[in-house]
Amino acid sequence: MNVGLSHFLVVGALVFSLGLYCVITRRNAIGVLMGVELILNSANVNFLAFSHFSHGNIDGNIFALFCIVLAALECAVALAIVMAVYRNFDKIIDMEKLITMKK
Amino acid sequence: MTHIVYDAVFYILAFFVVGSAGIVALSRNIMRSAFALVVTFLGVAGLFALLSADFLAATQLLVYVGGILVLILFAVMLSSRIKEIKISNLSVGVFSGGSIITLLILLLTYISIKTPWKELDTVNFAPTTSAIGNNLLTKYLLPFEVLSVLLLVGLIGAVVVARKEKDEP
Repeated sequence: MNVGLSHFLVVGALVFSLGLYCVITRRNAIGVLMGVELILNSANVNFLAFSHFSHGNIDGNIFALFCIVLAALECAVALAIVMAVYRNFDKIIDMEKLITMKK
Repeated sequence: MTHIVYDAVFYILAFFVVGSAGIVALSRNIMRSAFALVVTFLGVAGLFALLSADFLAATQLLVYVGGILVLILFAVMLSSRIKEIKISNLSVGVFSGGSIITLLILLLTYISIKTPWKELDTVNFAPTTSAIGNNLLTKYLLPFEVLSVLLLVGLIGAVVVARKEKDEP
């Protein structure tokens, strides 16, 4: 059986599930961010797989490009927030203990 | 013959991507997770190249491996107590989360395999860079400009959030 659309979709599904597991169970805020990056990557794999195998035009590539730009932006903003939290909450970036907006 | 090479490369890349994503999700050490993320991003770039998205593969290398990963490693090393593994990467709800995720994997895999997706008879491998450039400046001009403004706003916001606040008088 040749590698086709569904093979890439299965890889995307596995990476998405592992990323979601990371987001659910991690207590470290940076670990949660890593999970979000995994999820965005699996979405890009799906965009490009559909673009290549079932559409044949360039639209999926453009959408994946926008997705990568948004991922970079999200990472920068989220890490800035993590650093601010680390500084203001006595060096804690534990998601379970961050239950107030302000110290 | 080319099919065999293509399939072999796909399975090798898929193995590395899924395996390293597993390490990212399950490792007890945050540094190990961060370095496994490098392998995941490189493998996904390889998958993009297999999907004839050469420009996206290069962008993935530049933006993810060159930018996002450096940021994440920087943040990991700046936050102290990474040596104490028990503290650095604790997980909660492993059992309930794991059972939900197992069900999700089964469901998504079933959907991916069983759905009769529309597939082209022949797939073509062609360079995409010039087509992406033309599309960005004609059909997708407005989203492109909005995205650039959003990037500027987001980066200014990140600087404002991350800098030290002055002491209140």
